[in-house]
Amino acid sequence: MNTVTAIRRPAAGYLETLLAGQPQLKTSPLAWINALRAEAVNRVDVLKLPTLRDEEWRSTDISRLTNLSFSPAQSATFLEAADIAHFFIEEATTRLVFVDGIHAPHLSSMASCSNGDSSVMVSSLQTVPATHAATIEAHLGRHAAFRDNVFAAINTAFVHEAAVIVVPRNVALAGPVHLLFIATQKEVVSTPRCLVVAETGSIVTVIEDYVVSYQPRWQEEPHFTNAVTEIALEDNARVNHIRIQREGAHAFHIANCAVSLGRSSNYQSVSIALGAQISRYNLDVLLAEGAECAVDGLALIAANQLADTHTCIDHAQPHGVSRQLHKCIVGGSAHAVFNGKVKVRQGAQRTDSVQSSRNLLLTSRARVDTKPQLEIFADDVKCAHGATIGQLDGEEVFYLKSRGLSDSVARNLLTYAFGAEIIERIPVASLRHRLEQMVIEQTSSPS
Amino acid sequence: MIHQDSKTILEVRGLCATINNIEILKGLDFTVKSGEVHAIMGPNGSGKSTFAKVLAGHAAYEVTAGTVLFEGRNLFELAPEERARAGVFLAFQYPIEIPGVANSQFLRLTYNTVQAQRGKEELDPLEFDDFVREKMKLLEMSPDFLDRSVNEGFSGGEKKRNEILQMALLEPRLAILDETDSGLDIDALRIVSQGVNQLANKDNAIVLVTHYQRLLNYIVPDFVHVMEAGRIIKTGDKALALELETRGYDWVAAEYQAASNTRAAQGAT
Repeated sequence: MNTVTAIRRPAAGYLETLLAGQPQLKTSPLAWINALRAEAVNRVDVLKLPTLRDEEWRSTDISRLTNLSFSPAQSATFLEAADIAHFFIEEATTRLVFVDGIHAPHLSSMASCSNGDSSVMVSSLQTVPATHAATIEAHLGRHAAFRDNVFAAINTAFVHEAAVIVVPRNVALAGPVHLLFIATQKEVVSTPRCLVVAETGSIVTVIEDYVVSYQPRWQEEPHFTNAVTEIALEDNARVNHIRIQREGAHAFHIANCAVSLGRSSNYQSVSIALGAQISRYNLDVLLAEGAECAVDGLALIAANQLADTHTCIDHAQPHGVSRQLHKCIVGGSAHAVFNGKVKVRQGAQRTDSVQSSRNLLLTSRARVDTKPQLEIFADDVKCAHGATIGQLDGEEVFYLKSRGLSDSVARNLLTYAFGAEIIERIPVASLRHRLEQMVIEQTSSPS
Repeated sequence: MIHQDSKTILEVRGLCATINNIEILKGLDFTVKSGEVHAIMGPNGSGKSTFAKVLAGHAAYEVTAGTVLFEGRNLFELAPEERARAGVFLAFQYPIEIPGVANSQFLRLTYNTVQAQRGKEELDPLEFDDFVREKMKLLEMSPDFLDRSVNEGFSGGEKKRNEILQMALLEPRLAILDETDSGLDIDALRIVSQGVNQLANKDNAIVLVTHYQRLLNYIVPDFVHVMEAGRIIKTGDKALALELETRGYDWVAAEYQAASNTRAAQGAT
């Protein structure tokens, strides 16, 4: 018993450390915000850090994270726009920038919102515009369940500043909205919070982008990003959600995203994981009647990186359509994890779901754990799922070599092509091209 | 075309090769000079495609005996990509599909790689686009094929045209066309053959591996070889192909067997 206590005690202490700054948060004039935080703190007190013994974490060892301590940034590093301009996306005229979790108004740009819609905002949650108060209260903290999720609970305990996008009824936002989260300091934990509400018949593209900007880059040390995003689509709304995790090689990145789809709404998401020594992305998608989603992902990792993606697509009502293609390219002695659950609840007849997990191992030390899961409680459904794990095809390599390409160029080209299938699905051209470039560089570097 | 003063491009002597320890090539002799068109025919399993792949350097085949000189160099000292850069080209029987790699990107990459190796100018995407479109006209290919992934979703005929397009770009000294006629309808066969004929000149050589005499109506060979059990057992001119069409292969094998029996008998005395 002593041994068990000895293991548990530092873990509990770890959570206390993460919560240490929480009482310093300014009390919100909004009672419901204070109540939400208090509820989250209570959950953190009850919950434990996940270990390999927890089913949802059985392949993902986070002891490298829990052996370190992190605290919230006291102040944000001052960055000039020129320092981070290379992260900007030309199509995105609306940009919200957060540095170490703290909003940086001078780096943000609200160009497309000057037309009076005021649909994109950063809310301090001290005051919210009266026009949106009811909307924010109805959604913030209501989709991403933190009852049994210690990281979502910690994020919610700290909720104070959120990137909020509310797209009014039948409005199609012209350019994508870029939410840029920049880490600049070591031993800092940031708790980014995003809320997207697409009202009935509206259309929006959101790019959630996690980057690192240490000065100079080689001085980079571990930081911890613990993000929560909630996306609500009302009936007939359409949301394109692009998520890029390109944090530094020492970073820890844990993120929870919950998406609720109204009737006949459409959610298209592409998530790309390139950075962090340990990353975990939980994506929960809940579909109402006739809703459609495409949930695609690519993890491209090398060295000793670990990238874990857990998704749950929940067909709660009939006539839903879901498509999922998740790919992992694993080099070095890296480890990728994919767990994709598709639930079809009783009564969710005529559900049409296809899920595929495809994995490419580049070395003999690379590892992937993939687990597509179907849970079907309706009898009139069309569901398919599958997983493949393989190496580069020898015949393809030979074909390219027989045309004069060297072995390494041939292999890089094929590796790139494997990932390109996902990147091509990003509906923002400049971002697509930049990612293609990043993938080419990453696949060309020795791992 | 046979020329008196042409140079030897390929010289194969006593070539033996195995796959998974099974011997497929059993002492093959074969010589190709510049300007010549050779056809290798023979029944299924005689080793024709193996020979083509061994020349291109496929790793699954192990060369156990014999020599191959390509323009005087030991071919087996060169890796597959070095052979390609030196001027050996294999048009695949089953061209590989590469989803995710645009055909234009692939063609330009191979073209520039080979150009650079030969000390010639590389082309940027715009220049290459003009250049490759000209070459595609030769094969009556739509420019749409540039934007699609390499061979992905191409019909059999489209894949073979794409192979010959690569031949047109890489300008090999020795082109080995492995059953390029299989799966082609009459029109596609004519177009592909015209393309090959236009690419043939006095400095290069073409080896056609085929089952059917039909192809040889379009690309007229200087030599026709019959392959059987890993060896070339008979060589003739284009008339041999017509004879094979009517009589099959059995008589050639029988003739070869009788001749070797005679040789063995003579050797014994």
